Amino acid sequence: MKVKLRVQRFNPERDARPWWAEYEVEVEDTDRVLDALNYVKWHIDDSLTYRRSCAHGVCGSDAMRINGANHLACKVLIRDVVTDGGTITVQPLMGLPVIKDLVVDQGPFFQKYRQILPYLINDEPPPARERLQSPEERARFDDTTKCIMCGACTTACPSFWANGEYIGPAAIVQAHRFIFDSRDRGAADRLRVLNEWFGVWRCRTIFNCTMACPRGIQVTRAIEEVKALLRSGKLG
Amino acid sequence: MAASHRTARVVSPVRPRFDVAVWSYMRWSGVLLIPLAFGHLAIMHLINNVHVIDACFVYYRWAMVGWRVYDALLLWLAYIHGLLGLRYVIDDYVHQPGLRRGLKGLAVVLGVALLTVGSVALVGGVRVTELPGGC
Ligand code: SF4
Ligand code: FES
Repeated sequence: MKVKLRVQRFNPERDARPWWAEYEVEVEDTDRVLDALNYVKWHIDDSLTYRRSCAHGVCGSDAMRINGANHLACKVLIRDVVTDGGTITVQPLMGLPVIKDLVVDQGPFFQKYRQILPYLINDEPPPARERLQSPEERARFDDTTKCIMCGACTTACPSFWANGEYIGPAAIVQAHRFIFDSRDRGAADRLRVLNEWFGVWRCRTIFNCTMACPRGIQVTRAIEEVKALLRSGKLG
Repeated sequence: MAASHRTARVVSPVRPRFDVAVWSYMRWSGVLLIPLAFGHLAIMHLINNVHVIDACFVYYRWAMVGWRVYDALLLWLAYIHGLLGLRYVIDDYVHQPGLRRGLKGLAVVLGVALLTVGSVALVGGVRVTELPGGC
């Protein structure tokens, strides 16, 4: 089938403002949007710029706005996004500065990630072998271990669009992953950060993050669990 | 060695608690406001209407203390809910720290003033001398 790819392009060295480029591409309906972008780059216009690495939904580098909703270009199929007229619009993620075409500056995003101390904190003397954990304890934070830091959730969040200081769903998901890990002892430190005015309280339960997550993580649920923990102070 | 089966660990309660309190307040007041606001809407706009509602109507309604409590609850819950909502909006959209603090201060001052006026009216009720003839 033929699709028309409308891509929002911007080269800061040349363009005063973003503009739309249109490319006709021959694809299978089971191809991924990334295949269509690759076709453009390899055969039509090699100046088209975007990030991708694994091409299999693992590395999180090709999150972008496809037909107005965030997806991984390497995971979403043409047939699932193509409109009646055969058009697919592709834009960079919203809320982060565009470097070029579909590439955004992820610096602010990873800055927030660092704020929640994304590593195991435990000063207790390590046991002779490993720190054991029951299957139930592991299951408690299983959902949030699936995050690949693609940024689709944070850049789909209207609270984040309005106020870029909001720490954002992705950082909260990562905090959740450690806070609810029975081997970790850093919950209090992370909760102190998430209780700041730029923390979880900026979340208005809009659920865009949950809808955007390509890993199917219950993002809003994770955020609400952190709020509930801030209230109760009890880790279940 | 068996894995430890902790059921609950206590993390030191995080301070300040203000945002925790606001969050709880928004939820509880929201739930209470659903029947209060719809009840008010039904009484004032569906069952009665602006042609019927005058000082006389209010006089008789407020003669029952229950209705004054109802209106007081509606006033306080809704107004504080709205003010706290406004706080979120200001934090979202005003990015200059000084202006942000100024606007929030203004919202509090105006809010307290309006809550005072409303409360004074509720306690004072309708002056009998002001009632229309035939009431
Ligand atoms: S929670 Fe989902 S959408 Fe957000 S960064 Fe992780 S994988 Fe991406
Ligand atoms: S290219 Fe790695 S997630 Fe899409």
